[in-house]
Amino acid sequence: MRIVIIGNSTAAVGAVEGIRAAERSNAFDAEKQAKAGGGSSAEITIIAGEREHTYSRPLISYLLEGKTDEERMKYRPNDFYTINNVKTMLGRTVASVDPKAKTVTLEDGSTVPYDKLLLAAGSRPFIPPIAGLGAASDGAEYHTFQSLADAKKLEAALTEQSRVLIIGAGLIGLKCAEGIGRHLKEDALNGDSAEISLLGNKALSENRAASITIAEFAPRVLPSILDEDSAAIVQSHLEKQGLVFHLGNAVSSVDGHSAVLADGTRVDYDILVVASGVKPNIELLTEIGAKSGRAIITDPCGRSSLPDIFAAGDCAESLDVTDGESRVLAILPNAYLQGRAAGKAMAGLDEPFTEAMPVNSIGFFGLHIGTAGAAKGESSVIKTESGYRRFFFAEKRLAGFIIVGDVNRAGIYTALVRSKLPIDAIDFDLVAKKPQLAAFAPKERRKMLNGETV
Amino acid sequence: MKRIYVREEWCIGCHLCEYYCAFANSGEDDMADALRGVKINPRIQVEDADGGVTYAVSCRHCEKPRCAEGCITGALTVIDGVIRLDEDKCVGCYTCIMLCPYGAITPSKGKPVQKCELCLSNGAPDATPSCAAHCPNRAIVFEEGASPCGL
Ligand SMILES: Cc1cc2nc3c(=O)[nH]c(=O)nc-3n(C[C@H](O)[C@H](O)[C@H](O)COP(=O)(O)OP(=O)(O)OC[C@H]3O[C@@H](n4cnc5c(N)ncnc54)[C@H](O)[C@@H]3O)c2cc1C
Ligand code: SF4
Ligand code: SF4
Repeated sequence: MRIVIIGNSTAAVGAVEGIRAAERSNAFDAEKQAKAGGGSSAEITIIAGEREHTYSRPLISYLLEGKTDEERMKYRPNDFYTINNVKTMLGRTVASVDPKAKTVTLEDGSTVPYDKLLLAAGSRPFIPPIAGLGAASDGAEYHTFQSLADAKKLEAALTEQSRVLIIGAGLIGLKCAEGIGRHLKEDALNGDSAEISLLGNKALSENRAASITIAEFAPRVLPSILDEDSAAIVQSHLEKQGLVFHLGNAVSSVDGHSAVLADGTRVDYDILVVASGVKPNIELLTEIGAKSGRAIITDPCGRSSLPDIFAAGDCAESLDVTDGESRVLAILPNAYLQGRAAGKAMAGLDEPFTEAMPVNSIGFFGLHIGTAGAAKGESSVIKTESGYRRFFFAEKRLAGFIIVGDVNRAGIYTALVRSKLPIDAIDFDLVAKKPQLAAFAPKERRKMLNGETV
Repeated sequence: MKRIYVREEWCIGCHLCEYYCAFANSGEDDMADALRGVKINPRIQVEDADGGVTYAVSCRHCEKPRCAEGCITGALTVIDGVIRLDEDKCVGCYTCIMLCPYGAITPSKGKPVQKCELCLSNGAPDATPSCAAHCPNRAIVFEEGASPCGL
C-alpha cells in the first residue's frame, strides 16, 4: 500500500508513527492489509514545501532567543526517516489532488500515486486587508513568523537599531516579541537595565530589537485564551520588558516606514511583522469537494468526506470534548494525536482520537500561562502570591481554567476537564488551592496510581 | 515492564523516598553532602490525604504517555517502556506539565523540567529505583504490573 503524506511537521510525524505502530500492533490484521493491496508494511512518501528535516515549529522564537539551535530543534532524530522507512520529497509543493486517478500533482507537473492520502499541510499566516500592505508588487514589505525560514529572514533583517512593529498580540506575535526582545533580569525590572545573558548560549542572535511596538485589534493581549484580569497581568509583565502596546487599535494603513492605527496614532518602524492569525491550508481538498468548515471535517480517525483521503493537524477540525463543538485546535499536541490516529487508520487500525481539547502552555519572559477547556460560564477566581487562577464550571463539572504564574501539577486540572468528573466526586476546594491526587476518592486514586493491580 | 507501584496502606509518611530521590539525582556520592542545607525538589512527592493517609506520587510511565505525545520538541521519548527526558532538547514550555494527569513532571531548578526516569539516567547504583529500594515499609515497590490509567 502506498501512503502519501502532504506535510512534514507534527501531524505528518504522528501519522508515520501511527502507521508503524499499527503495523506492529497485535490488533493489526496483516492479511486484511495484504488484500487491501500490498504487503504488511506500507510505502510511505512525505511531500513538503519546507526543505528542513522535521522541526518543532514553536521553537522558532526560542531559536532567535538563543535557547535552542537548529540541531536541537529537530522534532525527531536524524535517522527518523530511515528507521521508519519513509521516502521524503522535501522542497516540493503539491499543486492538486486527483481523487479519481488517485494521484497528487506537484508544482513542476510530476505526479505521485497514492492508495491513501493524508493532508497534513498545517496553516499559513493570515494577512489582513490593510491599506498599503504588500499584496501589490509595490506594497510595503512585511515579515511573518510561521516557519524556520521566516525566523531566519527576520533575524537577518534585525539590527540593534531596529524599531519593530508587530501586528497582533496573539500567541505568535508575542512569541516573536520574546524571540527578538531584550531580556531583563528580575531585579532589573525595577529600573536597572542589566540584561540576562541567555543561558550563555552561543546561538543567541547578537541583535535584539531596539524597540517593539504591538498593535492589536482586540482590547487585550492573548484575546483568544485569556480573560481581562489575566491579560492585564500578562500585559503589565510584558510592558516591564519594554514592549509597547496599542490595544483595541487595529492598523489601518502602512507605507513601509510607518503605520497609522485606527485611532490616528502613527507608529514609525523599520521592521513590520504581521501576526494576525493563521489560515488552514485546505484548498487542495476543498477544491475536490471535501467537506469543510474553517478546516477539513474528519471523523475521529482522520477520514475526510472523500474516500481514502485523510486530514490531520492545523488543517483539520476536531471535536472539542469540552463542549462538543467542531473547531480548529491549532496546537501541537492535537496535531500529533490527530496525525497518529489518521496514520493508524490508514494502516487499517481504527483507534479514534476522541479526547481533543484546547490546552495551551506558554511562557513569556519567564511568566508562565496555562489554559485548558472552555472559558465560559460560572467561574471562581483565586489570586495568590504565585499568580492568578480562574476556574470555569458547567453542569457541576470543571469546564476549563486559566492560570497565570504557578502551573506546577496543573495537568491534574486538565485531567478533570477532560474526564468530566463531577465536581462533587472530589474535594475541589483542596485541589483548587493546590493540584493533588489527595482530592480524589481513595478508590479512584488507587486506580489512577496503580492501574488494575490493587 | 516493571513499574513503581505504591501501597498507601503501608506508607508511614516518612518522606524518605523524597530524600533518596533527591540524593540519587544530585550527582553527589555522599548523601549528607548532597542534602546538607538543601531545599530538596524531588521527582517523587508524598501527599497527605484525609484520615492520615499518605502515599508517594511519581511518574507512572504510562502506556499512553500524554507528556510525550504532547511534548513540543520531542524531548520526551519512550525507550523500552520508560518515558525518558532529553534535557538538552527541552525548552521548558511546560506543555507536559499541563498534560500529565498525575502532576508527575515538574519544574526544576537549573533545568527546565524533571521527571522520574526509574533511576536509569542518574547513575544511581541500585538496580531498583532509589525510592523503592529505600522505602522502609515496602510502600513503594518496583514490579511487573498493569499500566495505570490516569483519569
Ligand atoms: C511561532 C509559533 C509558536 C507556536 N507555539 C506553540 C506552542 O507553544 N504550543 C503549541 O501547542 N503549539 C504552538 N504552535 C502551533 C503549532 O506549531 C502547530 O499547531 C503545529 O505545528 C501544527 O502542525 P501541523 O503538522 O498540522 O502543520 P504545520 O506545522 O503547519 O506544517 C505543515 C507542513 O505542510 C507543508 N505544506 C503545506 N502546504 C503544502 C503543499 N501544498 N505541498 C507540500 N507541502 C505543504 C509545510 O511545508 C509544512 O511542512 C505555534 C506556532 C507558531 C507559528
Ligand atoms: S503523563 Fe505523567 S505519569 Fe504519565 S508518563 Fe508522562 S510524566 Fe509520567
Ligand atoms: S517542557 Fe520540555 S519536556 Fe515538557 S513539553 Fe516542553 S519541551 Fe517537552
